[in-house]
Amino acid sequence: MLRVEGLTAGYGRAQVLFGIDLEVPAGAVVSVMGRNGVGKTTLLNTVMGVLPATGGRVLFDGADITRRGTHARVRGRIGYVPQGHGTFPQLTVEENLLVAWEATGRRDPGGVAAALGVFPRLRELLKRRAGFLSGGQQQQLAIARALVTDPRLLVLDEPTEGIQPSIVAEIEEAITTLHQNRGLTVLLVEQYLDIALRLADAFTVIDRGSVVRQGGRAELRDGEIQRLLAI
Amino acid sequence: MHALLGQLPVGLSIGAVLLLVALGLNFTFGQMGVVNMAHGEFLMAGAYTAFVLQAWFGAQSVLVGLPVAFVVVGLMGLALERGLIRHFYGRPLDTLLLTWGVSLILQQVARDVFGAPNVDVAAPGWLAGGVDAAGVRLHYSRLFILALAVLCVLAVGWYLARSRTGRQMRAVTQNRQLAACSGIDTARVDQITFFIGSGVAGVAGVALTLIGPIGPTLGSTYIVDAFLVVVVGGLGQLRGAVLAAAVLGLLNAYAEFWSDASLAKVVVFAVIIAFLQVRPQGLFVLRSRALT
Repeated sequence: MLRVEGLTAGYGRAQVLFGIDLEVPAGAVVSVMGRNGVGKTTLLNTVMGVLPATGGRVLFDGADITRRGTHARVRGRIGYVPQGHGTFPQLTVEENLLVAWEATGRRDPGGVAAALGVFPRLRELLKRRAGFLSGGQQQQLAIARALVTDPRLLVLDEPTEGIQPSIVAEIEEAITTLHQNRGLTVLLVEQYLDIALRLADAFTVIDRGSVVRQGGRAELRDGEIQRLLAI
Repeated sequence: MHALLGQLPVGLSIGAVLLLVALGLNFTFGQMGVVNMAHGEFLMAGAYTAFVLQAWFGAQSVLVGLPVAFVVVGLMGLALERGLIRHFYGRPLDTLLLTWGVSLILQQVARDVFGAPNVDVAAPGWLAGGVDAAGVRLHYSRLFILALAVLCVLAVGWYLARSRTGRQMRAVTQNRQLAACSGIDTARVDQITFFIGSGVAGVAGVALTLIGPIGPTLGSTYIVDAFLVVVVGGLGQLRGAVLAAAVLGLLNAYAEFWSDASLAKVVVFAVIIAFLQVRPQGLFVLRSRALT
């Protein structure tokens, strides 16, 4: 479904990605692993067009989307949850969801209700301003916001970072349910190895902007990822 | 006592003018953070729109001018954003110089087209005269401006809080990158913001024709006041701008009542400087739970 070919990107003269190849087949959950500062977030940002690619291609369903704007990719049904439980702090929970839904150009309230079905906890908070939610609630809202546009591919950047364990479990369960029941394809950056191992069926380990190991759960020997991620 | 009370409507009327000229800046400066020095010339363009319409609509040109100026000046703002400003996002100093240059060009264009002397726009007959209240004569034209200011604030408030594009505008203001990640076309929202902000300046310009004659330098008379209202009120805060305009208007009226016009200006500026020392963020600030 998503195919990344020889992707390079960076900030000014500082190149961060040195030719990344990545394949996310339809229905798969692929986890990008790596130590801090190796370019995981940069990779996702480049895939989503937040950061322009300096070389290589990003293909979605065979179409080259490398030069498309971020909003066009989202409307093309790629959902993105950037790092750090991003919400619009001054908008209410409802407005946070509504604004994403309205951006798709549709008028009926279907998407918002569907997203709330995934995180029912948000229903009681609809009129609260997002900035006053706890970190975990904000992250649930951030994921719900990405789900509002009915994505076929969901891109998640460290969805469990800095969040209390009970909500981590809820988020993990939500991702699993979406994957199994709706066949949602997921591309994920996850720091916690145990969570990544439970969720993902394929892994890409990157180091210093290059892919060092790629494979399915079976292909990676026990402890190999641990060794690659060891500091 | 009566004379003291009489300054109240005078102050509110000054406040209404301040609010009208600042309302457009609340969009371009408050929401987008663009220091548009040509905002004053957009007021001037709105005023001249009413002047031009006079040839067809005579004394009703002010009324016709309100919607026409909104569109005409809105399109001017859109052209400015598309043609120049968008290439300078994230470079506030360059934007300031750039828009100042645009403001000088627009002034000269007005001089070439309409001539340097001030011109009059005839007010509609039904705005002539006024009522006497508390020993002060309230002109209908001043009351009209007050009503227009209230109407504009309500319209802008509704737009930002309830409308689809208003919501998108607030989302882009709060987190531009996240807005794009939510599927919002941020470049389009910028265009709409600039169109509306400039259009509201056009409306304010039409209202200014009711106060006195208009000329090519009309904008420079109001640009500083407009920025002061937005800064004192708190960036992008509608209720802040309303309160700031009312307070500054009243302060101006009473200071003028006890001294004279130029000393009143000094008093107002001194109070603003003192206020911004204590509260540099303005009257109202966006609050949210700090994220770890």
